[in-house]
Amino acid sequence: MFQMRFHGRGGQGVVTAAEMISVAAFIEGKHAQAFPSFGSERMGAPVVSFCRISERKIRLRDPVFEADALVIQDPTLLQSSDIFKGLKDEGYVLINSSREAVDLGIKHVVEKMPRGHVLTVPATDLALKHIGRPLPNTAMLGGLAAITGIVRMDSIARAIGETFAGAVGQANTAAATEAYAYVAGKQRAFNPVYREAIAC
Amino acid sequence: MLKQIEGSRAIAEAVAMCRPGVVCAYPITPQTHIVEALGEMVKSGCLKDCEYINVESEFAALSVAIGSSAAGVRSYTATSSQGLLFMAEAVFNASGLGLPIVMTLGNRAIGSPINIWNDHSDAMSMRDSGWIQLFAEDNQEAADLHIQAFRIAEDIGCPVMVCVDGFILTHAVEQVDIPDQEQVDSFLPPFKPVQVLDPDAPVTIGALVGPDAFMEVRYLDHQKQIMALDVISETARAFKRAFGRDSGGLVRTFLADDAEVVIVAMGSVIGTLKDMIEEKRDASRKIGLLSVCSFRPFPSKEVREALKNVRHVIVLEKSLASGQGGVLAAHVRSCLREGVPVTTLIAGLGGRPIPKNSLSAFVDGVKGAANDELLFLDLKQEVVGKELEKIRQFRASRSAGIKPSKNGKTVPIARGRRKKA
Repeated sequence: MFQMRFHGRGGQGVVTAAEMISVAAFIEGKHAQAFPSFGSERMGAPVVSFCRISERKIRLRDPVFEADALVIQDPTLLQSSDIFKGLKDEGYVLINSSREAVDLGIKHVVEKMPRGHVLTVPATDLALKHIGRPLPNTAMLGGLAAITGIVRMDSIARAIGETFAGAVGQANTAAATEAYAYVAGKQRAFNPVYREAIAC
Repeated sequence: MLKQIEGSRAIAEAVAMCRPGVVCAYPITPQTHIVEALGEMVKSGCLKDCEYINVESEFAALSVAIGSSAAGVRSYTATSSQGLLFMAEAVFNASGLGLPIVMTLGNRAIGSPINIWNDHSDAMSMRDSGWIQLFAEDNQEAADLHIQAFRIAEDIGCPVMVCVDGFILTHAVEQVDIPDQEQVDSFLPPFKPVQVLDPDAPVTIGALVGPDAFMEVRYLDHQKQIMALDVISETARAFKRAFGRDSGGLVRTFLADDAEVVIVAMGSVIGTLKDMIEEKRDASRKIGLLSVCSFRPFPSKEVREALKNVRHVIVLEKSLASGQGGVLAAHVRSCLREGVPVTTLIAGLGGRPIPKNSLSAFVDGVKGAANDELLFLDLKQEVVGKELEKIRQFRASRSAGIKPSKNGKTVPIARGRRKKA
């Protein structure tokens, strides 16, 4: 089972992101469970959502304590004390930032994790470019597909299409696709032998 | 058709396939998405011959459902927590009148302190209201139980509350097999009311019943619930024949045949418990699970049968009967022979997560329970310890004529202000 935690702020589509990646996994014939951290929804307040992906039916109902991947949609949350809590030794971290991970005050995390497992992607910039609004969630999903290989990019595109119709869906897919290429390029630089997919 | 959808949406789609004639509800978290979706379906025309009635309160919501059901229309509503309390009078009226209304209860804690998160306090507050109460384990079962609920309700003339854990299920997006309309139509025939309110042929329902007959009415309500035990089982079997999967029924066991310790629970925590129990089985621990789907009527015979060979029972429950302990545990206790200890484990109140690891550690710690006990999962002992000490000091100071100061030390109260003993 592959377990993910999405951290962001109210209004950034954190819950929708977890739901869309669960749809992408469903499209690939996998079982997936996405759920929010059950807070009262408020713009700007820290929000957490979760997604589990498995080949088998998922029965577990507790929040994700031990994460295979963390998606951090708002870098201002990096300094909160428990954001990296439960991150597995071989896990992945994807942060929405135009700077490099080592420059975000989390050098200790970058150095502890395997090379290429803690990466950044300028998701807000990509969202502004393609969608015209600072909604980083779909770009983060493209990056997440690239860094973890847990779902394919074309499944993400289909999941985005099912969530947002027409031109909005296309714009979000464009943001996700560029983010995918960006993160895949970064990861290749770290790991010459690039994994196409990982088991879950 | 398999869909990756939110639990609330799955429930709404299942309810729509039951072809209700009236849907009325007042929004309250975490049930809101269900009736929002049904409202959209009525407006868009994909739920035909159905009137969606906006009301000003939960009391009105169930009152409207009572009226429409009495007029012979299949009626549905949904609520949670405080909303259920606000409709309490109508809850008893619906069952007293024998109206086959189906209501989703998105289970949520009751304030104060105000809390929007999940536990079973709301369902427990209405446990003796005469409604059938069924608890869903996952979103597949939540959807399926609604289809069964209308059939059960209309078969015996009794309202059914389908209890679905708020947020944990209502807001979880997962795979649900949504049946075809034709399948549902053949499983659930149109509603044929026994008696209908009709201006052309007036009847009185809900008339005053005096001491000469009231006890008989209540006795018959009880007998109806007892009959429902068979109806619920038979409906689950018919459902399996028609849809090919296990959903509903009275109770279900998991690895319980040779178990020395059995955990009894209801609702979505069953899934987490199954994962934990499988791990314990791998470590050669003889532990099993009893999932209670039907809390009302309570299937005493089935519970007794499932627990007849166990040495120790752990009842996990998401509500606390203050001053007593666990409601489900008391029910289970009544089904057991003397000498089998029952540990009541209160967990998940007000949405406190129930981590698999905490359950695992708990199970390891209660190996040798000798007597009944009441325990709380992941209770913050240091917090309650401090509070209890403050209360103890305050009470002691009152009787000794001293008051606690801000720094925790006690100071005598000035003599003139002290009350005479």
